[in-house]
Amino acid sequence: MMMDRRSLLAALAVGAGSRALAPLRAAADETVALPFGNGERPLVAYPGKRPLLQMTARPPQLETPFAVFDADAITPNDAFFVRYHLADIPTAIDPLAFRVAVTGHVERPVELSLAEIKALPGRTEIAAVNQCSGNSRGFFEPRIAGGQIANGAMGCARWTGVPLKSLLDKAGVKAGAVQVSFGGLDGPVLPETPDFAKALPLGQANDGEVMLAWGMNGQDLPWLNGFPLRLVVPGYYGTYWVKHLNAVTVLDTPFEGFWMKSAYRIPDNPCACTEPGKAPDRTVPIGRLNIRSFVTNLADGAQVKTGRVPLRGIAFDGGSGIKAVEISTDDGKTWSPARLGQDLGRYAFRAWKAEADLAPGPHALRVRATGNDGGTQPMEPRWNPAGYMRNVVETTRVRAA
Amino acid sequence: MPCFALLLAICLAFAALAGTAAPAAADTYALPEPTAQFKAPPDSGHAAGFQAAQENCMTCHSADYIAMQPPKKGQTFWDAEVTKMIKVYHAPIEDQQAKAIAAYLGATY
Repeated sequence: MMMDRRSLLAALAVGAGSRALAPLRAAADETVALPFGNGERPLVAYPGKRPLLQMTARPPQLETPFAVFDADAITPNDAFFVRYHLADIPTAIDPLAFRVAVTGHVERPVELSLAEIKALPGRTEIAAVNQCSGNSRGFFEPRIAGGQIANGAMGCARWTGVPLKSLLDKAGVKAGAVQVSFGGLDGPVLPETPDFAKALPLGQANDGEVMLAWGMNGQDLPWLNGFPLRLVVPGYYGTYWVKHLNAVTVLDTPFEGFWMKSAYRIPDNPCACTEPGKAPDRTVPIGRLNIRSFVTNLADGAQVKTGRVPLRGIAFDGGSGIKAVEISTDDGKTWSPARLGQDLGRYAFRAWKAEADLAPGPHALRVRATGNDGGTQPMEPRWNPAGYMRNVVETTRVRAA
Repeated sequence: MPCFALLLAICLAFAALAGTAAPAAADTYALPEPTAQFKAPPDSGHAAGFQAAQENCMTCHSADYIAMQPPKKGQTFWDAEVTKMIKVYHAPIEDQQAKAIAAYLGATY
């Protein structure tokens, strides 16, 4: 049988799945201007994604348009942000041949297929926020080198998987183990560049909550969010949520890799902050998310009708859960409580609603969340040299008329 | 014609694959190609740095990584960035080229 070129390509594309159907060059129809210098971003639709703010093309780094967070407390897969460090990312993965290797300080080194992973005990689903450590870095003053993100490097999804503990039990962690390190299929272009790898203390790796996830909002993981398997570390910054996870190594000494020892470090003090422009005396690896809240239905600079204005938004923290959200319409002088929406779990976005009575003129709306652990947000932004963990009480300036 | 011969070979291979119920092929992802280019320098004195940046930096990342950095941060900022690329990420860039790249970036971004 002879095929012409077009039907051959169509047949090959069907064989390889819908992921192969996308054009090789994504057209940028529109540009968004984020509210900081050099904040112009093309809106680019990657295969499997709706148009997102393209921060960099190589490696792919895509920010979620903020309006997405107003639609639902669950972020759709095609809108979820993308962050890679190193440009050699996998472009072909055979899910049947894919294996996760567990090696190091274990009784029985094992290699498991996806099917074997899915058959491990304790299959579970959890709604959890994945947020980039440097989310909102573009708003730091003085500004800092790195990924220049507004507030869209976060998202909340329902993750389906099995506890990492089930995998570690399969291999049998030996006495004396202290940490577990994680690597994925993505890597550096140059072999000399430190490969991306992260580590967790053994106790956390074995806590039953840290998960190997293959499902996201009821679908396979999107390619750029770690297909076919990623680590999910509820309550912790996205840097630990290793994508395309294929290497789990149990260690009897602390992990010394660059991405733990030198990168993703925060000042070792309660605010994780320093005087702007100053280096910290001591640092520790970044860990749990701090508490944040946002107005999602009004953009900064919006015009609204005088009178009763509905407000809604989201709040989240590192896992204590949201206890309260308050609104101020006078730039923080007085506060009134918002109504909390459905509780999707203590690691998830918590929706909230409120109303504000606005007289004609300009208003600075502030939103502040409090966690069940008592954690709350500072009125003034904190600073640290890497631009991590921004959680200032956000301000939305509107004009009523 | 070589083109036709190649196409025929692909067709035959594909037909053979379909006929033997071979295991599913790998899923693939068509990653869009970068399109961003380095900005031209403000003066011809930075032509060498402009060229060296184009030849070296895009080995590991697209030019938009530079364009998105905060504006007007000055020479110290860009010296530190180029040093980081060499010392931390082991970009194989000669000292003289590194200086030219940093000077071009400082003058242009």
